Amino acid sequence: MAPHILAPTPAGLYCPAGDFHIDPTRAVPRALITHGHSDHARAGHGAVLATRETLAIMALRYGEAFCAERQVAAYGERIRVGGVDVAFHPAGHVLGSAQICVADARQRIVVSGDYKRQRDPTCPAFEPISCDVFITEATFALPVFRHPDTSHEVEKLLSSCRIFPDRAHLLGAYSLGKAQRMMALIREAGWDRPIYIHGAMEKITDYYASEGVDFGEIVKVSASDRARLAGEIVLCPPSAIQDVWSRKFPDPVAAFASGWMRVRARARQRGVELPLIVSDHADWDDLCATILETRCGEVWVTHGEADALAHWASTIGLPARPLHLVGYGDEEEAGVEAPSA
Amino acid sequence: MNRFAELLDRIAFEPGRNGKLRLLADYFRHTDDPDRGWALAAMTGALVFRHAKPGVIRALIAERTDPVLFAMSYDYVGDLSETVALLWPHSSAAIGHNAPPPPTLSEVVEILHETPKAALPQALAALLDQLDETGRWALLKLITGALRIGVSARLAKTALASLGDDIAPNAIEEIWPGLEPPYLDLFAWVEGRADRPRILDPAPFRAAMLAHAIEETNFAALDPRDFAAEWKWDGIRVQAVVGRDVDGRRVARLYSRTGEDISPAFPDLIESICAGSFGEAAIDGELLIVREGRVESFGTLQQRLNRKKVDAKLVAEFPAHVRAYDLLSEDGEDLRPLTFAQRRRKLERFIQSRAPDRFDLSPIVPFDTWDQLAAYRRDPASAGALDEAGAIEGLMLKRLDSIYVPGRPTGPWWKWKRDPFTVDAVLMYAQRGHGKRSSFYSDYTFGVWREGAEGEELVPVGKAYFGFTDAELKQLDKWVRDHTTNRFGPVREVEANRKTGLVLEVAFEGVQRSARHKSGVAMRFPRVSRIRWDKPARDADRLEAVEALVGERK
Ligand SMILES: [Zn+2]
Ligand SMILES: [Zn+2]
Repeated sequence: MAPHILAPTPAGLYCPAGDFHIDPTRAVPRALITHGHSDHARAGHGAVLATRETLAIMALRYGEAFCAERQVAAYGERIRVGGVDVAFHPAGHVLGSAQICVADARQRIVVSGDYKRQRDPTCPAFEPISCDVFITEATFALPVFRHPDTSHEVEKLLSSCRIFPDRAHLLGAYSLGKAQRMMALIREAGWDRPIYIHGAMEKITDYYASEGVDFGEIVKVSASDRARLAGEIVLCPPSAIQDVWSRKFPDPVAAFASGWMRVRARARQRGVELPLIVSDHADWDDLCATILETRCGEVWVTHGEADALAHWASTIGLPARPLHLVGYGDEEEAGVEAPSA
Repeated sequence: MNRFAELLDRIAFEPGRNGKLRLLADYFRHTDDPDRGWALAAMTGALVFRHAKPGVIRALIAERTDPVLFAMSYDYVGDLSETVALLWPHSSAAIGHNAPPPPTLSEVVEILHETPKAALPQALAALLDQLDETGRWALLKLITGALRIGVSARLAKTALASLGDDIAPNAIEEIWPGLEPPYLDLFAWVEGRADRPRILDPAPFRAAMLAHAIEETNFAALDPRDFAAEWKWDGIRVQAVVGRDVDGRRVARLYSRTGEDISPAFPDLIESICAGSFGEAAIDGELLIVREGRVESFGTLQQRLNRKKVDAKLVAEFPAHVRAYDLLSEDGEDLRPLTFAQRRRKLERFIQSRAPDRFDLSPIVPFDTWDQLAAYRRDPASAGALDEAGAIEGLMLKRLDSIYVPGRPTGPWWKWKRDPFTVDAVLMYAQRGHGKRSSFYSDYTFGVWREGAEGEELVPVGKAYFGFTDAELKQLDKWVRDHTTNRFGPVREVEANRKTGLVLEVAFEGVQRSARHKSGVAMRFPRVSRIRWDKPARDADRLEAVEALVGERK
């Protein structure tokens, strides 16, 4: 069998025919970036090819000089890179997130990046792309992870605000993507009071708004405000909930929006009082369904719970290969929160 | 059921009492009858489901999931009910707009009550098909008897009282024993739609008055002249009640401290209060076994309690006896509003003139100073307890002016227990805890040294799962993880030998002989009193030291 057009290397997935890496974990001459989360999008590459939104987010996080040369990939556009064609397709993960399809005459491989299938009012929906090899993430690849309807989770938050009008509701959410999605969902549920945000989220949220996402009134929390925010919703990076920053709020309720909140012990370990199961990653059912939809002949798993997904693939006769790529965290855990975000 | 499950889920994460109260009140306010009544029953322990063994649940999930994926999931989640709740496949019947609404709590209760044992797995599967993840979790917890809600019955009743105008929680306690789920009359009264439900039970339980443990620092503020002292007997707290029903027939009951009717287990006592002069009265006292005028140890009482079948032989061998602390009602008069001193006079007269042989008076221990009382506590025999000192757990201090109120008020009554025994033991196994502790190894089996066939060996003598702080729990958990030698499901075996091992100082109330334990002894109420990071495992105590304490009581 001919070698594949993509291969795992210590720096990440590499395409010899096009001489580029996808989401490299160290600086490389040419990088294709799926989305702006810091473990996938790093500074210091030579040339970067990504969606317009991802490039803008990287510039916000790392400064305009984050790479030597940048090129915009529009969704669906076919771009020749060396001996292969590449195309970016929506991944539904965060604003600008893409799957990357790499093809030559013999073979088509789709790298999913991080993705989800649940509705997200802040970014275009995932599109399944048929391919020979589907390289998928597997953050929530255990059958216990099935994300409930987001409206149900948001309702938990709003009903808690009704029962505890004298307590501030601090909602921990990752600064890029999750926070903006939560704000949009809270608005959809009819919350018409201002939504307060931690300073660390301001830049990214402003960027989303400039891209046409309507959040209603957003107020950055100032130090003096905190004691007066009883009954309000305040979004902050997950790590801020346990921070001294949170202590000034009136009897705060610690909420956290993450797929990990599905498992009670995980929520307890973090001291969460109001777990909201909202994830920007595909859950188990969606991972399995997506793999089938791509009609791939082979599935590779980049990071996450690769073993369970590989076992499932084997039960339906689909060859599966865990790549165990290192360097990809999972932004739903506060531990890997980029300090600059 | 989904709604109730969400309440339970939310409450389990809410650390504050006040927060829990408001969540409960909100649920009661926004949930219809009879669902909220069944919820109240579940939270007060008045709702007893037919229990399903974990094996039934494992079998159900095995029919529906891949065994490898189940094993990976269970290992990750660490809790059977939660794993099954999350893994349970979405049934086609529950999806889509034409799906029937999920079952209410009342429907679940009805189905589980009416399903014969053989059909239980099927009925359970049908319910699980219709509930969401949280609903399934709560149902599985309920039916395996593993529901730890983090809500006391008292808290649930307090929340209910807050729905009404000026209804004290104690007003609910008063009528509680006469009420039945789903408590329609109770909710109607609290919401001002009906009169207070009438207590129809002629021999009702009266919620017991309990005491806080006294601390050294409390004494400075207390005047010995305000208090009476009596022994705290080591039996089980009971209430013996006789009343007359509408037909004039005598109704006699024996209740446990929590209001459980335990009359069937004590026909000898019931017979004695039915006959003769007892009349209509309610006595609060301690159930003990008395042979030849002498109180036997708690271990002897336990032999009677453990026996399922109560026959003439058992009754003759272990004669039950009540040592009276208090008189709560007499000839239809409620004595609880009287002071302790007034009730005590009435009790003394009652025991002297009207009580059967099986009743006697818990004596008052006269004292002038706290130091004098402290000496009696150390050595009850010196204060006249003589050969019954072994059945004494400590002292009770009761304010002479205290009226009898249900619950555990701070101030009027104190308990002053004797110091526990301690032993230095070696940690042998650790098991993952439940609820908040499910990610921690928090249940510890410990052992002491004895001479074995191949030299010194450790033999397990007990299990403890409290007594340490949260910070110590983290340290213990880490030690367990770093020193694991073997795993059996949720249990880890840890390094425990002459060279390496963790010594725990274990406090306990007493030791009994036990054929069921490998060591031949069983501890009462063991808990970790100190972690001896400093002590080498080989210097831990030996089995002989524990055996020497058999029969001794603290
Ligand atoms: Zn991501
Ligand atoms: Zn990722």
